[in-house]
Amino acid sequence: MAAAVFIFPAMVSSAQPIPANFWLARFAVFTALATLGLVGMGGLVTSHGVGMAVPDWPTSYGYNMFALPISMWLTGGVFHEHTHRLWASFVGVLVVILTRWLGGRESRMPLLAIGAAEILAGVGLLQIGGDWRGAGHFLQGIGGVVLLAGIVWVRNERARGRLPQLGWAAFWLVQLQGLLGGLRVVLDAHVLADVRLGTAFGIFHGCLAQVFLVLLAVIALFTSRWWSHRGAQILRSGIESSVPARLVLIATILIFLQLLIGATMRHQHAGLAISDFPLAHGRLWPDMSPEAIARYNAQRIETIASRPITAVQIALQMAHRFLALAILVAVLAVAWQARREKTSFRRFAWVWLAMILAQAGLGAWVIWSNKAADVATAHVMLGALSLVTGALASIITLRRFYPSGAAIPAGASFEAVRAGILSSPPANP
Amino acid sequence: MKALIALATMAAIIPATAGNITGKVTLKGTPPAEKEITSIKDDANCGKLHTEAVKTRFYVVGKDNGLGDTVVMLKGISGKSTGASAAPLIVDQKGCFYTPYVTACQTGQKITVKNSDPVLHNVHTEPAVSENKSYNLPQMAGGADLNFTYDKAESFLKFKCDVHPWMFAYVTVVDHPYFAVSDKDGNFTIKDVPAGKYTITALHRKAAVAGVDQEVEVKADGATANFTLEVK
Repeated sequence: MAAAVFIFPAMVSSAQPIPANFWLARFAVFTALATLGLVGMGGLVTSHGVGMAVPDWPTSYGYNMFALPISMWLTGGVFHEHTHRLWASFVGVLVVILTRWLGGRESRMPLLAIGAAEILAGVGLLQIGGDWRGAGHFLQGIGGVVLLAGIVWVRNERARGRLPQLGWAAFWLVQLQGLLGGLRVVLDAHVLADVRLGTAFGIFHGCLAQVFLVLLAVIALFTSRWWSHRGAQILRSGIESSVPARLVLIATILIFLQLLIGATMRHQHAGLAISDFPLAHGRLWPDMSPEAIARYNAQRIETIASRPITAVQIALQMAHRFLALAILVAVLAVAWQARREKTSFRRFAWVWLAMILAQAGLGAWVIWSNKAADVATAHVMLGALSLVTGALASIITLRRFYPSGAAIPAGASFEAVRAGILSSPPANP
Repeated sequence: MKALIALATMAAIIPATAGNITGKVTLKGTPPAEKEITSIKDDANCGKLHTEAVKTRFYVVGKDNGLGDTVVMLKGISGKSTGASAAPLIVDQKGCFYTPYVTACQTGQKITVKNSDPVLHNVHTEPAVSENKSYNLPQMAGGADLNFTYDKAESFLKFKCDVHPWMFAYVTVVDHPYFAVSDKDGNFTIKDVPAGKYTITALHRKAAVAGVDQEVEVKADGATANFTLEVK
């Protein structure tokens, strides 16, 4: 539990509510919302099966990404893929600004150094050539933005607590995510140990997007006025919660696992492995024998270039269904525990439950609509929102571990806690 | 005179005992209904190229349940490809569709992909055999033809367009010239097969992905091989 104080020092940083930076908080929310939109755009790309509609990267049909003629941009699947790239670039710039803002003037030198190093690395990769050229151009582009952020002469103070570190985490994640998205295109056809790299990078890209969104939501929470006031108040007054933090955390982890399975299913581009619900190929447990798989494939009429389904994909969808049930039970338990809460967490828990129920409904609709792209994308976005809700709920319920000053280890001053340098974990309540 | 020389050359090349294998592929059972491709109507460019509803074309069933788009070929023959000297196989993108949908060629034979559409496509090949290379190349409206060659035999090598994801086609690559694709009524002819006993197989993208085999003996007057593929 020491990790909670290590991560959330703002909760214990002052006896007085800390005045939050109004514009920083709003900018963090805006960045998180832009990232949610980006997840949705990525969902549309995968749902429509147009991830390779722009064969090159980071150029688009040989053009600089930002100079693609509009007539080409509006052509079929190019629209989704190219918009995803532009949107991702925008989010990248937002995150660099956020990093600079959170890090204060102390972040200027690191940004300058990283920007210059990335530009140099980009030049090096261009010299190597081949498939590395795309990554070279990418590094040069992002390096230029980072360098610019370092040059900006604003002597702002760094944000409180560990927020600058969270900003740096977002900074590296957004670049890794961009690189993964590009490599998913450039290395699509490459095979390593019988694994198609395009599929592997696609799955990783889809999963990391969820982690990245959660991180930005956490930054938005920690920069919020609500968190500054409420967090400090909670630690001082020790408001008890009847909801076990562990239960919330388990439900959130289950949702994350569910999203991993979902991303794996979607990025195999095999369409619906099971086309009926609530039954599965007409049975409670589907026949997964080779004869049955051949029969399913013979009966499938795909309107896009889906790959044939396999027994593994059917098993994945069954796991997805059962995990959905487990998540529903877990979140239902959270809402039940929270029913007598006097705090706003009760409403929070009910909203979370409503999201999970809606998500289950959307999941069924995905199947009944034969995986209509807009329905499948809504399913992805609500899944991401459910994860974010769970992650924030986990953080909020962790307050139980620090209900009062007594929960903080003896000898640890508030200043020490603020600096996140607790030497030993506090006892569980 | 030229015709006489050509005939004499043909006579020298084709063994005197070669014959054609003819037959018909029939579908048993009721195939699932084809679906309307609604995305095409929503596409600003491709929607204009069609006045009627466009459907998928997995089961092309014609007269007397004849099944089209079935690849029929001899099995167990390798290294007999004459693909390098064969005329290119032409695959066209027309009306935002690949034409033909199912076809076949030899290893080493050039596959020429045209774009007869007034719209950009990308030609993305997805071979399953690792030695065959995947390509993803743009092809502008009225752009130059794209040429592909595959050196390893492979059934149903997929060609697709990611810009218009309903566009896909299959090319079966064979390591010899003894193959045919059934027409809309299920009829096929494999020409100039040397006399002898063979295993012949029929592959269909849905009804017989692994192929249905039978034995056939080719004599001077050819042979007949009929197939019945079943959809369950």
